[in-house]
Amino acid sequence: MSERIGVYVCHCGTNIAGIVDVADVSKWAGEKLADKGVVIARDYKFMCSSLGQELIQKDIKEQKLTRVVVAACSPHLHEKTFRNACKGAGLNPYLCELVSIREQDSWVHTDKVAATAKAKAIVSGGVARVIHHEALEPLRVPIHPDTLVVGGGIAGIQAALEIADAGFRVYLVEREPSIGGHMAQFDKTFPTLDCSACILTPKMVDVGNHPNITLLTWSEVQKVDGYVGNFAVTIKKKPRYIKTEDCTGCGICWEKCPKKVIDNVFEAGMGNRKAVYVPFPQAVPKYPVIDDVNCTYYLKGTCKACEKFCPTNAIDFNQKAEEITVQVGNIILATGYDLFDARRIPQYGYGKLANVFTNLEFERLCNAAGPTGGNIVLRDGKTAPKTVGIVHCVGSRDKNYNAYCSAICCMQSLKFAHLVRERTGAEVYNFYIDIRTPSKGYEEFYQRLLEEGTRFVRGKVAEVTSVARIPEEEGKLIIQVEDTLIGKQRRIPVDMVVLSSGMQSRHDSKDVAKLFGISCSADNWFIERHPKLDPVATMTDGIYIAGCVQGPKDIPASVVQGAAAAARVLGKIQQKEIALEPVRATINQDQCSGCRICNNLCPFNAILFHEDKMVSEVNPALCQGCGTCVAGCPAGAISGTGFSNEQILSQIDGLLLLNISHAAVPVE
Amino acid sequence: MTEETKPFEPVIIGFTCNWCSYRAADMAGTARIKYAPNIRLIRLMCSGRLDPTFVFKAFAGGADAVLISGCHPGDCHYVEQNYKAMRRFHLLKRVLVQMGVEPGRLKLLWASAAEGAIFAAEINKFVEEVRALGPLNWAQPGEQVSTPIMEEVTA
Repeated sequence: MSERIGVYVCHCGTNIAGIVDVADVSKWAGEKLADKGVVIARDYKFMCSSLGQELIQKDIKEQKLTRVVVAACSPHLHEKTFRNACKGAGLNPYLCELVSIREQDSWVHTDKVAATAKAKAIVSGGVARVIHHEALEPLRVPIHPDTLVVGGGIAGIQAALEIADAGFRVYLVEREPSIGGHMAQFDKTFPTLDCSACILTPKMVDVGNHPNITLLTWSEVQKVDGYVGNFAVTIKKKPRYIKTEDCTGCGICWEKCPKKVIDNVFEAGMGNRKAVYVPFPQAVPKYPVIDDVNCTYYLKGTCKACEKFCPTNAIDFNQKAEEITVQVGNIILATGYDLFDARRIPQYGYGKLANVFTNLEFERLCNAAGPTGGNIVLRDGKTAPKTVGIVHCVGSRDKNYNAYCSAICCMQSLKFAHLVRERTGAEVYNFYIDIRTPSKGYEEFYQRLLEEGTRFVRGKVAEVTSVARIPEEEGKLIIQVEDTLIGKQRRIPVDMVVLSSGMQSRHDSKDVAKLFGISCSADNWFIERHPKLDPVATMTDGIYIAGCVQGPKDIPASVVQGAAAAARVLGKIQQKEIALEPVRATINQDQCSGCRICNNLCPFNAILFHEDKMVSEVNPALCQGCGTCVAGCPAGAISGTGFSNEQILSQIDGLLLLNISHAAVPVE
Repeated sequence: MTEETKPFEPVIIGFTCNWCSYRAADMAGTARIKYAPNIRLIRLMCSGRLDPTFVFKAFAGGADAVLISGCHPGDCHYVEQNYKAMRRFHLLKRVLVQMGVEPGRLKLLWASAAEGAIFAAEINKFVEEVRALGPLNWAQPGEQVSTPIMEEVTA
């Protein structure tokens, strides 16, 4: 036995030691695994602490360890920690194996005897595996300094500006004709009541003018190839039918366009736009888009009014979609959220009762640039409401729809209540389950609303109906609710109902996640690398997330995440090169029969076939290390570093060393 | 409790992929979702790395059942390699039947990184299924293999 192995069993406080008899596991490993080469086995309260790491380092030096097995938490948490500890003591980091006895043992089992037996099996598997580890060097690849930001809402804008201001190129891709996202649709922002456009548009203009930002609006990402540091991203630029180099954004085209279209995107169906349009006056870029689904020329073959009147001949009806490929080192996804469709709760009457509005519709109603010029009026366009009911948690905190809290609706509803009272003097009722105002200045805003005389009814609204039971209810919308504070059913007649629809993930978020190779939660929000400690990175190196794509959040939190993602990307760019896990496949050319089975198994085209020698070879720069070819090679000619056949087969043997079927009590 | 009255505790080897199913196992742990301690997991980078030899090795080494798990179809971190695992799974079932091993001892489970609860529940289910099958008994030399009827594979 040539290897000298050290086994380190972590208590993790009581996280592991509470269920697993760690002292027994380490004693057992020291005795029963001595024939495998274990020369020292210890348990320690917190292996990841600097003292724990020093313990390992001291043993590596004094006991001349050649392999280290740490039994602690998931390798996704502390693999790097222990590898670095080994490296610090002069042992190649890849000769260390971290096996999980916390996430996969102590945290999921209650039977102490069985959990201890399982911990022994897991340690035994790790010891058997680590014998076959090889000293490896990480692959170093250069990082392309350019960055792709997907989504031009406030999170994407912030990320793009931070990176561009630091002197690096950013490609900002936005699906809509203008950047701005949801924030551009809002009137005021809580709790300060800043005008949304006033604080957003300077940032949008900065993006539009920034020498380091290539703005690609009306564009979508089609394909992503490569890996961290070296992504090749194919972007489809949809045809604008406008020659942007000639267009001055003067607006004559949309003035002259005879075709009115209901604007379901920016105006949330509350207003019209033309077939050639910019979504809103402050749009960046200023160039309009011709909507080829509704344009009379595309429908009937005649019109071209815009072309006739354009002073700079910037209209081009023959423009085609264009695909461009950009090279980037890192990608930030800030694709935002969709609003919960209030039609899914039919008892609230949205879509059937005219004066039931969604929150986004109400934002447009309040907005000075909106369809009513900022007048809060009923659907008829002129009558001001005398009473308004605001329903919180529509589609949120409800297991029939979305179980989670959408985080912003309480404050948004309070903002609405304030705006209604300020502008119309109407009586406002807020129907809430709980009021949640946890950020700076939010609770104070709630107190202000209470003082302003807004009424609050604690209870989930059962129904919104137009069917009157008493004369006072005639012609009104009646909100049926159980007031849980007084314990009574109430019927409250109002003129207008605003539904605070919650946030949900983008309808196509699963496709986007697939495109970029990241994971979605059960609600289809993108999953961060760690929910507390790494909230903007993903499990895929080089892909970061920011804003509501990760989960519901307000504007300040989205800005924070945009900036945080940018900081992470800048850190990567500054390193100039990145170390990649050396998990790669290699082909032993002496054993390769040239059957080419592996060639077709590889999804990355990383395997080349040499016609002259009749053997295949793996290109390590393209290989991602999945190991499918290793498993598929009939000659056993391919080996996978880090996950070799010897390593896995030995681990299986090791795991089965202790067989709990023969003894619920651990074998002594 | 004496040896005879103890219920049979199967030992199951589970292969997980680094990106989805191992993360699901981690997720189950972080959320403290309890499941049977009969499974011992091995992390591969991808379910496509699953060499059929691994499954035979596990059975030969004393495992009563083997779980193969990976990302949901279409969600593979390596584009489509989980489909290759699926192909091998179906072939493995056929081969195991010919060796006299009940096909119910091999299970394929798709679990995303968010599906800790599902992962735990499926393991519990599998442990009970294997418990019902009893210990894996290899045919002795010269013994006639009574081939179990191949169930319709619907994975």
